[in-house]
Amino acid sequence: MRYTPHTEAEILQMLKVIGLETVDDLFRSIPQQVQQACKLDLPGALSEMEAAELIEDLARSNYDPAGVVSFLGGGAYDHYVPAVVSQLISRSEFYTSYTPYQAEVSQGTLQAIYEYQSLICRLTGMDIANASGYDGASVSADAALMACQIRHGSEVVLISETVNPAYRKVVETYCSSSGHRIVAVPSADGATDSEKLGKLLDGKAACLIVQQPNFFGVVEDIDALGAGAGGAGALFVVVSDPIGLGILKTPGEAGADIAVGEGQAMGVPLSYGGPYLGFFATRDRYKRQLPGRIVGKTEDSRGRAGYVLTLQTREQHIRRERATSNICTNQALIALAATVYMALTGKEGFRKVAGLCLQKAHYLAERIAELPGYSLAFAKKPFFREFVVETPRPPGEIIERMLEKKFLAGIDLGKIDEKLKGKMLVTVTERRTRAQMDSFVEALGGM
Amino acid sequence: MTIPADLLYTNEHEWVSIEDGLATVGITEYAQNELGDIVFVELPEAGTEVEAMETFGTIEAVKTVADLFSPANGTVEEINTTLEDHPELVNTDPYGEGWMIKIKVREEPEGLLTAKEYKEMIT
Repeated sequence: MRYTPHTEAEILQMLKVIGLETVDDLFRSIPQQVQQACKLDLPGALSEMEAAELIEDLARSNYDPAGVVSFLGGGAYDHYVPAVVSQLISRSEFYTSYTPYQAEVSQGTLQAIYEYQSLICRLTGMDIANASGYDGASVSADAALMACQIRHGSEVVLISETVNPAYRKVVETYCSSSGHRIVAVPSADGATDSEKLGKLLDGKAACLIVQQPNFFGVVEDIDALGAGAGGAGALFVVVSDPIGLGILKTPGEAGADIAVGEGQAMGVPLSYGGPYLGFFATRDRYKRQLPGRIVGKTEDSRGRAGYVLTLQTREQHIRRERATSNICTNQALIALAATVYMALTGKEGFRKVAGLCLQKAHYLAERIAELPGYSLAFAKKPFFREFVVETPRPPGEIIERMLEKKFLAGIDLGKIDEKLKGKMLVTVTERRTRAQMDSFVEALGGM
Repeated sequence: MTIPADLLYTNEHEWVSIEDGLATVGITEYAQNELGDIVFVELPEAGTEVEAMETFGTIEAVKTVADLFSPANGTVEEINTTLEDHPELVNTDPYGEGWMIKIKVREEPEGLLTAKEYKEMIT
């Protein structure tokens, strides 16, 4: 990668052209007392060697991912990132470019995004996808706002209690000034309570948001949920896991109006929480309410295929305060990683990865349930990749003791919700080997 | 620039033709020329109440969106559904096939411009 900073001489030359003498002169319009208050007390510069030593030291306070075996999930997953993905996204043409504002000049970038959009449509079974949003949480919120725009006049957003709690918080934040009420649909035995849902679908809801599989790893009955929503005139929003779509019914097949989700599982490293990827797809009839960037394919004056940003009148740089969202960018590089992953893995590959996650999770769940004091919390429900266990000791204690044995045992759900005290969320991706799972069970049993 | 003498106009570039309490509304040739190629027209549903100089819909060109203003108080009787698949009619025939809505007016609209006054406004 090349970075060419300006020389002192070039800077002085530019200042001269605009009639200034120093770079500080550019900030003259900021009041003196504000400038004083912002004086930074930074230590002196470090050499490259010293800086590298400092960063490496900081990094050493984290666990080396190769040194611990992770059974963590809850929205971010330890799936395998193929080497091809890292190799391709490291190309400087991709790595350093930003969202193309002089869009049509960047045909390569636009083509990559167009292919990403096309793959997301295939994955979700929907008609049109945008160029991506920030992460699963923010696209869920944007989906709620989009539904409210389409169902103009409806004041309620229904969201299942089984949707990732962090996503629900973000939806609340986004809707807090839009005048819409968020109503949580209670859960029963780890899945959305369809009876209670029935009472909440009173014709006033703009949408129903559910997650598949849900936060507890339980596979929801999305056909029934979708039918219920549709019957009450509410839009059906499904927050999907992309790997799950390798074997689960797609939102498209289940009659969803909007399909969103977190794309991190597709070739994106965990990176301590981000950057991640929000995918967003919908039906053709709602395309004008679709937020975010959309890349379209067209022909130039000589009949050659070309790519453009399209339907821009939805966006805030044209529609201003009446735009469907304030997002005016995308997660280009992360979306590219996901695109490479999808192209490389393919339909069959997705099926295989999903199959491994399903079988391995069931294997581990069965073995853990055999341990004295352990049981599956939602034993009667089908689950994918994750499951909740009831533990004989507080999950926090177990997690701490297992960490000493180099296992990231799971998530203490009681920390997220008082009502889930004594429950631990355990995740098994295709990366976990039988040996690792057996060692895990042995360590749990030996406590 | 055509400005039919038998129509009335708003200062937001809509034209109106009123007959037996039914007002047909569209945008002027000048307006369509300023906007450029029209790609989408968002119209209200029949039965919607409209108010004079309040927006009844929007019109989209490739790089801009503009509001459409009702010239009168009343109820939307009919909308031009052809514009859904053929928004370009607003460009090619703004006073004819490019009509947008028909309003059943509650009373005679006030403050509309004559063709002469509209011409003065746009020059």
